[in-house]
Amino acid sequence: MDFLIGHYNYWVAIFLMMIGFYTVISHGNLVKKIIGLNIFQVSVFLLYISMSTVTGGAAPIITEGVQLYSNPLPHVLILTAIVVGVATTALGLALVVRIKEAYGTIEEDEIHEQDHSL
Amino acid sequence: MMQEHLSIFLVILPLVAAPIVAIMPRGRYAWAFSFVVAMVCAVIAGQQLWSVTHHGVISYALGGWAPPWGIEYRIDSVNAFIAVIIAGIAAITLPYALLSVEKEIPEHKQPLFYSAFLLCFAGLLGITQTGDIFNVFVFLEISSLSTYALISMGQKRQALTSAYQYLIMGTLGATFFLIGVGLLYSQTGTLNMMDLAKLLPDVVGLKTVHTGFAFILIGIALKLALFPLHLWLPNAYTYAPTVITVFLAATATKVAVYVMLRILFTIFPDGFVAASPAGDLFIILGIAGVIIASVYAIYQTNVKRLLAYSSVAQIGYIALGIGFATSLGLTASIVHLFNHALMKGALFMAVGAIIYRIGTSHISELNGLGRKMPWTFAAIIIAGLSLIGVPGTAGFISKWYLVLAALEQQAWFAVAIILLGSLLAVIYIGKIVETLYFKPAKEKQTTIQEAPILLLAPTWLLVIANIYFGLNTELTVGIAEQAVQALVGTPK
Repeated sequence: MDFLIGHYNYWVAIFLMMIGFYTVISHGNLVKKIIGLNIFQVSVFLLYISMSTVTGGAAPIITEGVQLYSNPLPHVLILTAIVVGVATTALGLALVVRIKEAYGTIEEDEIHEQDHSL
Repeated sequence: MMQEHLSIFLVILPLVAAPIVAIMPRGRYAWAFSFVVAMVCAVIAGQQLWSVTHHGVISYALGGWAPPWGIEYRIDSVNAFIAVIIAGIAAITLPYALLSVEKEIPEHKQPLFYSAFLLCFAGLLGITQTGDIFNVFVFLEISSLSTYALISMGQKRQALTSAYQYLIMGTLGATFFLIGVGLLYSQTGTLNMMDLAKLLPDVVGLKTVHTGFAFILIGIALKLALFPLHLWLPNAYTYAPTVITVFLAATATKVAVYVMLRILFTIFPDGFVAASPAGDLFIILGIAGVIIASVYAIYQTNVKRLLAYSSVAQIGYIALGIGFATSLGLTASIVHLFNHALMKGALFMAVGAIIYRIGTSHISELNGLGRKMPWTFAAIIIAGLSLIGVPGTAGFISKWYLVLAALEQQAWFAVAIILLGSLLAVIYIGKIVETLYFKPAKEKQTTIQEAPILLLAPTWLLVIANIYFGLNTELTVGIAEQAVQALVGTPK
């Protein structure tokens, strides 16, 4: 039981990861795929942030009288990863807009029907 | 002292040049500026390789923060060699780009095109230079994002869907890599590759490390288009603008292979790959990739797509070399990395020259063109022979080493597969040659002329390199052997 509750943020991360991944695979709507991809990425951010906690550690801001801090490095890494994620989403959505202009639809199966090649 | 600064310039120069190019008013200015940048980078990369092979490893602490806390750029003979491939191919591709891009990309988009090209270039070079595993992720995404944008600039609307498909798969791959890096970090507390290599042996038995290893493996396998994770590649290569196909085919997957080698053999301790299922996995997927992708290639009706499937097959050879996990196998992989860049670069350039003249690469439109465009045709033949692995060409050298590595392991089956793969290559290259030369030309094509010299010169430069490195193996094999030493050698 301790194992379940003690790691609950990891369970949440795994749960979100699978939801996101499944959405990317199963949905034919191009915007929904991007949303799934987003959820997938965010779950990884949660994983990193969870890892950075040090039991009993304070927030990593220098304060007098505090000896033990959480690890700030994963936070910094995730700031970078968030920027990457935003850029990916923006580019993905821009592509969806262009696809909508070119095909008149954003459903994968309808695009397949029009092209036969993909 | 100066040397370290040169190494960081290799990344900063194209990165800074990209926004400058983006605001240039005309495509020609943007092209000229990009060309100068690529040439300078190629010179620096060559000088860096010379310095590394003669004076040993270069280490540069970014912002003066000492490794392993700060980001370290650490260049040994492996990444110096890969950097030379990338910068060299970029410097050869750009002269080719001028005419090809003017034909395929609208004038007002050309500066942005070159800007994205430089960003992709910076990202790929960054991956090779850095010694920090999270930094690899960042540069991987810089190069990937600009690649998606570049692919979507293709002329057909399928370019958009191919770019989207690649974006989804590429991002999944990169995120898998990120998960793996996080898991390794949680057990070792470091992101520096050399530091990881020192700390990992103590925790290598833990499940978390194994999980991280698996995540990284799958993530990078997606990026390097290892069969069966190659689905994004044929579409992306087919519909991307010609120049981008040339550049990507010769560099992008190669860099992913480099990251894979680095992680499998430098970061993880000796014998880890051989003991894990990864080694067998590489051999099985490599064999499957060589056979299945080659058969697919035979049935393609678009020459660009045919060559794209052939690229997947060639990655199968590289995976075989990795799977053997012996120094001979790795040497073969690294040599093939270089040689494949030469031959695929030359082939895609020659096909691009045909596209420049007739506007399509569909095989039914190419009848008899070989007699109209003799120089282009000759380039396809020689590069094709190199792809098949005929003695006297670069392709022979890498296949030779691969066969030696397989014999050393007494993997007779793998030897048979390598030979079978060459036979299949004879069929699909033969198919192109047959259409180009032996089929009668269509009437409307009687006015077609030889490709302009600006397209032919870079193509022939690569073709001649194919022959040169097929006869003189001292440089490639010598450096590859040094590179393998650097890969598997214990960190000091």
